[in-house]
Amino acid sequence: MNFSLTLFNVVVAVIIIVAFVAMNAAYLVWAERRGAGRIQRRPGPNINGPFGLFQPPLDGLKLMAKQLLVPGGADKVLFAAAPVLAMFPAITSFVTIPFSDTLVAHNINVGLLCVFAFAALGSMSILFAGWSSHNKYAMMAAVRAISQSVAYEIPMLITVITVVMISGSLDLREIVRQQSGNIFHWNIFPLLGNSHNLLMPFSFLIFFICSLAETNRAPFDLSEEESVLVAGYHIEYGSMGFGLFFMGEYANIVVGTSLATLLFLGGWACPFGLFPGVWWFLIKVYALIATIIWIRWTFPRSTIYSLLNLSWKILIPLSLVNLLLTAGLLKVF
Amino acid sequence: MSEPIHLLPDETFVLNVGPQHPATHGVLRIKMRMHGEYVAEAETVLGYIHRMHEKMGELKTYPQFLMNLSRMDYLGALAYCHGHVLVVEKASGIQVPERAEYIRVITVELNRIASHLFGVGSFVMDLGGFSPLMYMLQDREYILDMLEAVTGARLTYCYYRFGGLYNDIDDTFIARARAFIPRCRESLKKYHRLITENIIFRKRLEGNVYLSSEMCRKYGATGGVARASGINFDVRKNEPYSVYPEFNFEVPVFTEGDSMARYKVKMAEIEQSLRIIEQGLDKLPDGPIMPEKAPKIIKPPAGDYYQAVETSKGSFGIRLVSDGSKNPYRLKLRSPSYSNVSLFDEACVGSMIMDAMAFFGSLDLVVPEIDR
Amino acid sequence: MIRTNVLSAMRALFPEAPEAPPVVEAPPPVPEQDAAAAKKAEKSAKPAPRVNGVVERDYAVHGYHIDTQVAPEQLLEAVNILDQQQFFLETITGVDWIADQQLEAIYDFSHFGFEPCRVVIRTRVPRDNPQLPTISGIYAGANWHERETHEFFGIVFEGHPYLVPLLLPEDADFHPLLKDFKA
Repeated sequence: MNFSLTLFNVVVAVIIIVAFVAMNAAYLVWAERRGAGRIQRRPGPNINGPFGLFQPPLDGLKLMAKQLLVPGGADKVLFAAAPVLAMFPAITSFVTIPFSDTLVAHNINVGLLCVFAFAALGSMSILFAGWSSHNKYAMMAAVRAISQSVAYEIPMLITVITVVMISGSLDLREIVRQQSGNIFHWNIFPLLGNSHNLLMPFSFLIFFICSLAETNRAPFDLSEEESVLVAGYHIEYGSMGFGLFFMGEYANIVVGTSLATLLFLGGWACPFGLFPGVWWFLIKVYALIATIIWIRWTFPRSTIYSLLNLSWKILIPLSLVNLLLTAGLLKVF
Repeated sequence: MSEPIHLLPDETFVLNVGPQHPATHGVLRIKMRMHGEYVAEAETVLGYIHRMHEKMGELKTYPQFLMNLSRMDYLGALAYCHGHVLVVEKASGIQVPERAEYIRVITVELNRIASHLFGVGSFVMDLGGFSPLMYMLQDREYILDMLEAVTGARLTYCYYRFGGLYNDIDDTFIARARAFIPRCRESLKKYHRLITENIIFRKRLEGNVYLSSEMCRKYGATGGVARASGINFDVRKNEPYSVYPEFNFEVPVFTEGDSMARYKVKMAEIEQSLRIIEQGLDKLPDGPIMPEKAPKIIKPPAGDYYQAVETSKGSFGIRLVSDGSKNPYRLKLRSPSYSNVSLFDEACVGSMIMDAMAFFGSLDLVVPEIDR
Repeated sequence: MIRTNVLSAMRALFPEAPEAPPVVEAPPPVPEQDAAAAKKAEKSAKPAPRVNGVVERDYAVHGYHIDTQVAPEQLLEAVNILDQQQFFLETITGVDWIADQQLEAIYDFSHFGFEPCRVVIRTRVPRDNPQLPTISGIYAGANWHERETHEFFGIVFEGHPYLVPLLLPEDADFHPLLKDFKA
């Protein structure tokens, strides 16, 4: 009885999560295109349905109708596995990400660790795609993606440790609970709430930059730089293989912004301390996503060496200093 | 950035950039021998859209060849047409009415702005910034609409005739051109805020592939590429033709020799072109646009003639060898991008591929003009 | 200044030439009425190739100042003079004078200075064995121009590092700008 109820819960949760992630990925493509249109003074997709809202399902339909070609000399197994692997971490991450105090598929007390463990798989899919495509451009993109991933996981994790030190927990729900209340209780706000938080805005900045790099978003989208690598690691993918990569990119953005919201922006807490709930969480997530879209259509792309320099020479030392100072603050106050 | 690298031959691989590649803006192929991300050796392969304009020049009569010139550089076509009509007029001794020459200069400069806007925009797009191109296309669209109204074409013009023009400009054109000047100056400020002051853009371009003035001379590079390397050379100033001596404008010269300088030259030239247009509209004389008795059949006396003009890419030269018949005996088209791109093979060695491609974009190439 | 420098240096290439070389200045633009007669006269005058030497041309008519015709073996020397005077290479091209059974290679040079000075160096080679020394050792940019002239006219530039077709297909063995070329 008890077991079957759990099983039922899990199945329902997984369906909801997959639907949520897939819908998000599909409609973020639409949002990105509309947003880019706004920024570039052109309409963007506006033919299919009101505001072009039917565009994503139609695009999906078109992609599914295409033949999936495997290039000669490709490693067939890895080639097929890579796009699936691109979507997988995003979906599994949402199992432990709480949307509100009660709305969570399965809360575990090391949820944060779990999310990072899955997120690291994302770069594996890029490596598989680049390696198996039997294409020099794809291979170069894969090499770039791996060095970028290695470089940015480190400052990101070190920064997250500062949050964990302040909260004293790896449980995402617990981390948010400690920030409940109005905007001054959030981790990002340094003054009134908690004097340990003095360096938190700084941590947030590092975290945000790192999550841009981790999700391969502009200005750090070096592994899909079209002016050199044509399309990067997914150059040989057509059909829904390409579609999955595309959706995976947006799904990872949702994961990254969700984490930023939970760790720094008070999760589902309301800025005025009123009616906390899932809506506040979603508002914050989409505000961050809008910022990311805005950045992409404003800035040119960075270079691979300045990207790596930024991590190894600036972000990692800074995040270490940040960690030390935060530890010191914790001791003093 | 580009320290000498010690290569092991068996650690390199060949990367075929092109013929279809987003960064080559057309069909041009670069065979690169790569050492990881570094370019160890590059060979530019041309000819994918070679159409043999020079043979066409010999087979067609002079007026028939008028439209070929605008098929070379489809972005800044009017300057090429200008060179062609100038050399034939010089050879046959046709006097051009002053008004026609003024209108030619105004339209050439408008076209030059359009070309620079697109050149800069697509260069920024090469660097991953997509939005500036869309803003620049709006200004360019304004120019193209304006030119379409008088010339009848948006890109491949056939507007100039031997002796004058096909169509006079009207008050609408003048009013729109006058309105365009402040509008473009406003948007230039915006572009400078969006691009020139952008930290990522500057970090990528400053110091990106240095070209010495000696190298520019050895390869015959002209135009913005040479002017970014400290060479004060603009055919409009150094070897004045048409009515350019009557205009007051400056030639922007930068000495850094990097891609940033090449970009800045283009932006500064847009401003100077606006000045020329402004003065041209003020000074525009009345009168006919074709001479009283324009010859029906063009038969320049035997001999050879050379005319250089400053296009948006550099010094375009046209050599006409006439034997006194209706067709040119030989028509050589010296396209500026051909010389400008020939230094790419040597200059990009040792830089990383993304720097090399940024440098490639900064050369502002139009492939049909290289291949002819 | 540069013009006189180049002129004197170029004249030194031809010691046996008289002080004032025979000017073969092109006639002024021909009026329409006697065009036919002039054309006939030119047609008959044409086949006599010019003697090697330096001629100053009227810039307003021809668009260049100094016109030098050299023998193939003098080419490098003449180009060196221009290199020392900081000239840049505009272009290299050929002309097929099929009536004379000769191919002419024309080298256009110009200057970055503010005194306009365009120099043309031309040289003629027999049509059945067109061979010229390469100047790509002096002007690196000549590399492509010579490749282009080679593929269009069949002129062989001796010592050229990589004389394969540039604009035509890699295996092209025809020379389309020759007057007897039939597609």
